[in-house]
Amino acid sequence: MFEVRIHGRGGQGVVTAAEMLSVAAFLEGKHAQAFPSFGSERTGAPVVAFCRIADKDIRLREPIQNPDALIVQDPTLFKALDVTEGLKQDGFLLINTARSLQDMHLDGILAQLPPRHVISVPATELALKHVGRPAPNTALLGAFAANVGVVSIDSVLEAIRRAFPGKVGEANVEAAKAAFALAGRKSAA
Amino acid sequence: MFQQIEGSKAMARTIALCRPQVVCAYPITPQTHIVEGVGELVRRGELDNCEFINVESEFAALSVAIGASAAGARAYTATASQGLLFMAEAVYNAAGLGLPIVMTLGNRAIGAPINIWNDHSDAMALRESGWIQLFAESNQEAADLHIVAFRLAEELSVPTMVCVDGFILTHAVERIDIPDQAQVDAFVPPYEPMQSLDPADPISIGAMVGPDAFTEVRYLQYYKQQVALPLIEKLAMEFEKLFGRAAGGLLRSYQAADAETLVVAMGSVNGTIKDVIDEMRADGVAIGLVTLVAFRPFPTEALRQALARARDVIVLDRAVDVGMGGPLASNVAIAMRDIPDAPAMHSAIVGLGGRPVPKASLHRLFRQAAVQPWEGPHFLDLNERVAAREIHRRGKARRVGPAAEGILRELEAERVEKLTEGAR
Repeated sequence: MFEVRIHGRGGQGVVTAAEMLSVAAFLEGKHAQAFPSFGSERTGAPVVAFCRIADKDIRLREPIQNPDALIVQDPTLFKALDVTEGLKQDGFLLINTARSLQDMHLDGILAQLPPRHVISVPATELALKHVGRPAPNTALLGAFAANVGVVSIDSVLEAIRRAFPGKVGEANVEAAKAAFALAGRKSAA
Repeated sequence: MFQQIEGSKAMARTIALCRPQVVCAYPITPQTHIVEGVGELVRRGELDNCEFINVESEFAALSVAIGASAAGARAYTATASQGLLFMAEAVYNAAGLGLPIVMTLGNRAIGAPINIWNDHSDAMALRESGWIQLFAESNQEAADLHIVAFRLAEELSVPTMVCVDGFILTHAVERIDIPDQAQVDAFVPPYEPMQSLDPADPISIGAMVGPDAFTEVRYLQYYKQQVALPLIEKLAMEFEKLFGRAAGGLLRSYQAADAETLVVAMGSVNGTIKDVIDEMRADGVAIGLVTLVAFRPFPTEALRQALARARDVIVLDRAVDVGMGGPLASNVAIAMRDIPDAPAMHSAIVGLGGRPVPKASLHRLFRQAAVQPWEGPHFLDLNERVAAREIHRRGKARRVGPAAEGILRELEAERVEKLTEGAR
């Protein structure tokens, strides 16, 4: 079982990101379970959503405590809460930021995780460019497909199209493709 | 067809396949997505011959459903928590009148203190209202139980509540098989009411009944619930034959054949328990599970047989009767009283007001029952320090203020203490 926790703020499409990830896994014939952190959600307030992916039926209903991958949609959350709590030692950390990891003061986490398991993507900038809204979720899923794997970029793109039919979906697909290409290049470097 | 879909939406689609003719809607978290989903299907014309009625309260929602059902329509509504309490009088009326309304309960705690998260307090509060109550373990079962519920309710003319854990199931997006219309039509025939109001052939429903007949009317309700026991089993078998998967029934056993310890639980926590049981089995612990689907009628005899050979029985309640303990535990104790050399019962209160029920806590609980059994109800993951501090504080003065705010202050003090310790 592969477990993903997504941190962000209300309005950034955190819950939708978990749903889209689960749909991408479903399209590959896998079992997936996406669920929000069940709060009274407000725009700007910290939000958490979860996604489990497995080859068999998922019965477990506890919140994800030891994720295999973390997606951080808003880097200001590092100051507000212990975002990386419980992250597995060989886990992945995917951060939405245009800054370099060195500038983020994440040296402690960088030292703990395997090389190339911490990935930064300017997802908000990509979303603004392609979608015209600062919703970083779809771009981050593109980067997720490039660096973490588990689901292919094609499945991610199809999941995005299903969540947002029409023009909005295609714009988000472009954001995800751009992030996929960028993250792929970074990882190769 | 399998879809990756939110539990509430899957339920809405399945409810629509059951062809309700009147749907009364009043929103309350965490049930809202279900009636919204049905409303959307009506608006798009995917559910035809259905009147979707927006009402002004939960009391109105069930009252309108009662009127519709009495007029011979297949009626559906959904609610949760305080919403169920607000319609309580109508809940009893639907049962007393014998109207086969189906209602989804998105299980949620009851205030005060106000809490929007999951537990079974709402279902437990109205367990004696005369409705059949079925509890779903997964979202697949949540969807499927509605198909069973319409058939069951209408065969007996008894209202049926499908209890679904709020948020945990209603808001989870999963792989769910939504049947096609022909399959559901084959299981749920067109509604043929036992009674209906018709201006051309007037009758009265809900007359005053005095001491000479009231006992008999209630006995008939009791009798119908007894008849429901074998019918629920029969429908589960029929469902499996038609749909190719199990749903409903009175109860289900998991790894129970040789189990010395048996866990009894209702609802979505059963999935997590199964994972814990697999892990404990791998360590050589003879533990199993009995998942109760039907809480009303209570399957006393089936449960007695299921538990007869166990040494220890651990009952998980997702609600607490504060003057007594776990309501499920009280019922299980009655089922076990006729077992010779009856198993020892251990009662645990879990998952109140959305408290997660993690595997690690269940591991500890199940092991403790065998080696260090406790008296009375055990509150899983209770913050004993905070509770004890608040009890102590309340013992010292008269004007101590409300308990909830006191606990919140104690929690904050504990958090600050931990931070200071960390800084040192």
